[in-house]
Amino acid sequence: MKRVANAASLPDLPEEVRAAVLDVTGRLKSLPGALLPVLHGVQEALGYVPEHAVPLIARELNLSRADVHGVISFYHFFRSKPPGQKVIYVCRAESCQAMGAATLEKHIKQRLGVDFHQTTANGAFTLEPVYCLGNCACSPAMMVDDELKGRLTPEGFDAWLAAETK
Amino acid sequence: MSITVYVPRDAGALSLGAEAVAAKMAAEARQRDLDVAIVRNGSRGLYWLEPMVEVATADGRVAYGPVTPEQVASLFEADFLHGGSHPLALGPTEAIDYLKSQQRLTFARVGIIDPRSLDDYLAHGGYRGLGAALAMDAAAIVQTVTDSGLRGRGGAAFPAGIKWKTCLDATAAQKYIVCNADEGDSGTFSDRMIMEGDPFVLIEGMTIAGLAVGADHGYIYLRCEYPHAQRALEAAIASAEAAGYLGADVRGSGKAFRLEVRMAAGAYICGEETSLLESLEGKRGQVRFKPPLPAIEGLFGKPTVINNVITLATVPIILDQGAAYYRDYGVGRSRGTLPLQLAGNLKRPGLVERAFGLTLRELIEGYGGGTASGRPVRAVQVGGPLGAYIPASQLDTPIDYEAFVAIGGMLGHGGVVVFDDTVDMAAQARYAMEFCAIESCGKCTPCRIGSTRGVEVIDRIVAGDRAERERNEILLRDLCQTMLDGSLCALGGMAPFPVLSALEHFSEDFSGTAEKAAS
Repeated sequence: MKRVANAASLPDLPEEVRAAVLDVTGRLKSLPGALLPVLHGVQEALGYVPEHAVPLIARELNLSRADVHGVISFYHFFRSKPPGQKVIYVCRAESCQAMGAATLEKHIKQRLGVDFHQTTANGAFTLEPVYCLGNCACSPAMMVDDELKGRLTPEGFDAWLAAETK
Repeated sequence: MSITVYVPRDAGALSLGAEAVAAKMAAEARQRDLDVAIVRNGSRGLYWLEPMVEVATADGRVAYGPVTPEQVASLFEADFLHGGSHPLALGPTEAIDYLKSQQRLTFARVGIIDPRSLDDYLAHGGYRGLGAALAMDAAAIVQTVTDSGLRGRGGAAFPAGIKWKTCLDATAAQKYIVCNADEGDSGTFSDRMIMEGDPFVLIEGMTIAGLAVGADHGYIYLRCEYPHAQRALEAAIASAEAAGYLGADVRGSGKAFRLEVRMAAGAYICGEETSLLESLEGKRGQVRFKPPLPAIEGLFGKPTVINNVITLATVPIILDQGAAYYRDYGVGRSRGTLPLQLAGNLKRPGLVERAFGLTLRELIEGYGGGTASGRPVRAVQVGGPLGAYIPASQLDTPIDYEAFVAIGGMLGHGGVVVFDDTVDMAAQARYAMEFCAIESCGKCTPCRIGSTRGVEVIDRIVAGDRAERERNEILLRDLCQTMLDGSLCALGGMAPFPVLSALEHFSEDFSGTAEKAAS
């Protein structure tokens, strides 16, 4: 059954967003419980799930916009705004705390000039907290682009940053 | 003849530079015109020695570590390919004390085999459990799991066999097996190590569960912080399908079992089984009321067995060796072995699989070697962010589900996080409430509101004078009681554990700053 809200005309979308969403929904919408895989797919393609893409995602999955919005906003991983070129996930959980994560966190924030959930002015890095990367035997840890760093010190972070920005 | 060198692809080893070591190894071997085959194994779990490189010699495997790319050339010069001596030499891997004294049942193959090779898995006893299960009827498989005494390793420690029996007895055209791989507890990484180091054992365990309860479809709900595990699982599932271990006709049995990996999206609460099911259905991960139990009405309303990675990965050895073999390990009602994860401030953090019954002290002082900082141990959090903080005076508590309950804690998923004497326990208590506030699904009030109020009350205790502290401590205890009694699931229901234990054992840390100034 088509829901009434979705039968209404959809807002204009940039072509690349429309194409990305339709590509993902075309491949995945028949999966049972498809919404999370679809949102992962859209975020992988675009780097985020644009708010204005919600009506199209909802229509393609035959869900209400509220359903889709509710899911996006529930999960920490999904973002509605474009991130920096790289997202830095710094672990804040207990094992890392026991090995100096608070000092490391302060150092990284100061070095990048941003707080958690913010992007550096040049658009290079977005800083996000994470609650355990499963690298607790090598604390403290951070992850960038699926690449994990263990036993990270403030100096180690600076060295990494210097290599990234040179 | 080619010499085999093992360089782990485990995410932890990679986080310490294993990829660069492997690349350097290959380049050095090429340059020296040596025939070296590099196998990317899982980690042995000796993380202070990672990246730990092993060589297969005539006398068995010998280890070197921790290896940096700069040291690779000198290893070749020392003829490490034939076990030559070198400052990094650790001797025969199996003779390393940390490993030798373990009882690795679930982790029998981790770090030993090539996790991408089905042949290697088969050569090391893989799929013998499935072979046994295929010769049994469903009820007999369930009975074997029940008799083994295996309890849910995710944290709740519910007997796996009873869960399976409930699902087997439910009548439905469609049933599911769901693996909870949303290993969110801080200080835990055993699920990750299994999935990266021996993914076939999880696939085998889930296949056996499918045969046992009559389910033909399984999902692995994997946290998105584990991209390495995702790649390992997807590769293993593809190999298992190609070889007929998964699919429409598992090993010619006429029974189907298919498996899918589904990625989570960073919500801690989705490690709670009912909210995990909601998430798999494509919804917000909000906790469901129980009953109905998932075993009767689970995923998409169908009977579902939902178990943790370690629980399912332990099933193959039980079917292979028999219930009694597994049950003979352990103490009291805690049967078998538990893969414990040593983390935080320790000299030798890592994975220790032992039968239940050893003490926390043996783990921390014996295996862990004391703190990395060299300072005294002050507090140990066992069982993740919802586990109690245990003071140094209780380190003789045995690793046993009931013994931990008796001291107001829980064993949970077996994570052990050690803090030295620089820890501020009021800050840890505050963090427990803050974490609960961030991760609460919002469905029940004690958890959603209580956690936020908890942070505020702790702030007032720490900032206030003596009268303010006493007033707010009463309030905090009352709030914790409300959360314990009134929360829908373990998040709100157990977040008070770290708070109350910190208050009980480390009350000196809560004296307010105003109070300290006055004294």
